[in-house]
Amino acid sequence: MKLIIALIQPHKLPDVKEALLEANIGKMTITNALGCGQQQGYTETYRGVIEEVHLLKKVRIEIAVNDDYVKPTLDAIIKGARTDNIGDGKIFVLDLVDCIRIRTGETGSDAIG
Amino acid sequence: MFNKIKKFLLMPALIVGMLVFASYAHAEDSLATNIADMTSSINTIWVLVAAFLVFFMQAGFALVETGFTRAKNSVNIIMKNAMDFCFGSIAFYFIGYALMFGADKAGLIGTTGFMLSAAESTSSWHYTFWLFQCVFAATAATIVSGAMAERTRFSSYLVYSVLISAFLYPISGHWIWGTGGWLATAGFVDFAGSTAVHSVGGWVALMGAMMLGPRIGKYGKDGSSRVIAGHNIPMAALGVFILWFGWFGFNPGSTLSGMDLSIAHIAVTTNLSAAAGAISAMCFVWLKFGKPDLSMTMNGALAGLVGITAGCANVSPLSAIIIGTIAGILVVMSVEFIDKTLKIDDPVGAVSVHAVCGSFGTIAVGLFAQEGYGSGVKGLFFGGGLTQLITQIKGVVAVGAWAMVGGIIIFTILKKTIGLRVSAEEEIKGLDIEEHGMEAYAGFQVFMTE
Repeated sequence: MKLIIALIQPHKLPDVKEALLEANIGKMTITNALGCGQQQGYTETYRGVIEEVHLLKKVRIEIAVNDDYVKPTLDAIIKGARTDNIGDGKIFVLDLVDCIRIRTGETGSDAIG
Repeated sequence: MFNKIKKFLLMPALIVGMLVFASYAHAEDSLATNIADMTSSINTIWVLVAAFLVFFMQAGFALVETGFTRAKNSVNIIMKNAMDFCFGSIAFYFIGYALMFGADKAGLIGTTGFMLSAAESTSSWHYTFWLFQCVFAATAATIVSGAMAERTRFSSYLVYSVLISAFLYPISGHWIWGTGGWLATAGFVDFAGSTAVHSVGGWVALMGAMMLGPRIGKYGKDGSSRVIAGHNIPMAALGVFILWFGWFGFNPGSTLSGMDLSIAHIAVTTNLSAAAGAISAMCFVWLKFGKPDLSMTMNGALAGLVGITAGCANVSPLSAIIIGTIAGILVVMSVEFIDKTLKIDDPVGAVSVHAVCGSFGTIAVGLFAQEGYGSGVKGLFFGGGLTQLITQIKGVVAVGAWAMVGGIIIFTILKKTIGLRVSAEEEIKGLDIEEHGMEAYAGFQVFMTE
């Protein structure tokens, strides 16, 4: 079992969702996030004053998968989010110790389902 | 002695008598001038107050359109609503007013009075009339912004707003309201502008939305229509209330006279039709989809208002309720038809509210007009036969064709030169950041997901 955490550009979320659904991956958690990596900020202007925005808007996707689904999930995220520009984002893959479905009490791979 | 005293007394009496007589005559004279002064004061004040109310409708449109679209495009919508009024005012001053109300040429176009040159003094009626007509022109212009929301290039929209206020709206307006305009001569009745204002804006909006194409994600791969929900429904609802309020200037103000006491009757028909429109739209949506949908109900109120605008002076209060009821159902059917059958993406339903209900309302005058109300024309249901109905239909078709052809020409030129639509990337990021470099809700987390 792995936990896949991906940080992507917000406007690529529809593409990523579509790629995941094509790969038959329908379970995910999505949150708004602020952050920055190698990409520099962008500028906004407010009443003529230029403002350097350092922390950028990102979307954080979390997906818990069984081992045979790791590769398809990563491929789908990359397919949806990649533009070849700085700022496309990063994916982290973590070992997942356990998973419990609250309703039934199932654990492990069965709970990820 | 006695004689002397008599003479002495007589003289002043004579003088007093003469003075009294003179002042009496003078009073009669000045009474007439006073009444004339009073009349023009009352007319000026009433029409100006009505113009101020109609101006406030710009705020209503801005809120409706912002509420019914996504947060990431709010700055852009507000800018469009503000700037089409500003550019429209200037264009209407230089060109539009003259084309609409100048000396007639062939029933098609006005030719005099550019830059308010017809106003001979500062107390001229032209100033009052110009302001009232200017806010009407701006209403027609701003209708289009909603249908073209969330994907139109800002600079392109500005050019469009100048062209509609300078040429498109004033020319068809001249046909209907100008002295000697061919529809006016034919007896076409459009009291406050269901056709002259609303359907012109609505048809141009249809052409704009059609030429832009749908927003990204509006239609699925199989062509099914998807929901792109508005981000602030309370804001949109407030906008509708403000529009309703403004309409009490729009329709009753179109008497152009505060001495014409039918203003109260017009306010009543306006209100009844709006109420009936909201009720019928709510009931229709409730029956059809199972829930009383707020945004459709609000569209229903606007549909009732647009529908009664042509006939508000010429129909009875009961007829106004019937007109509003039909408009409320019509707007729901039209929104569905445009969205699901024509597959034209109109985020706020501007085409359904203004073009469809505006045309219906104008035709309804040919059905419901009644003797004893307004100019006294008679519609089909009140013993007038088909004459008025045919005139109404002729006007609706002619103005509709003019607005659509004009719209296509304007938008084609813009598409070929400046470009009508923003890039796909910009559309997804939001027009606020890319077009204007700022956000509407700084400090709030806005999901930028679709």
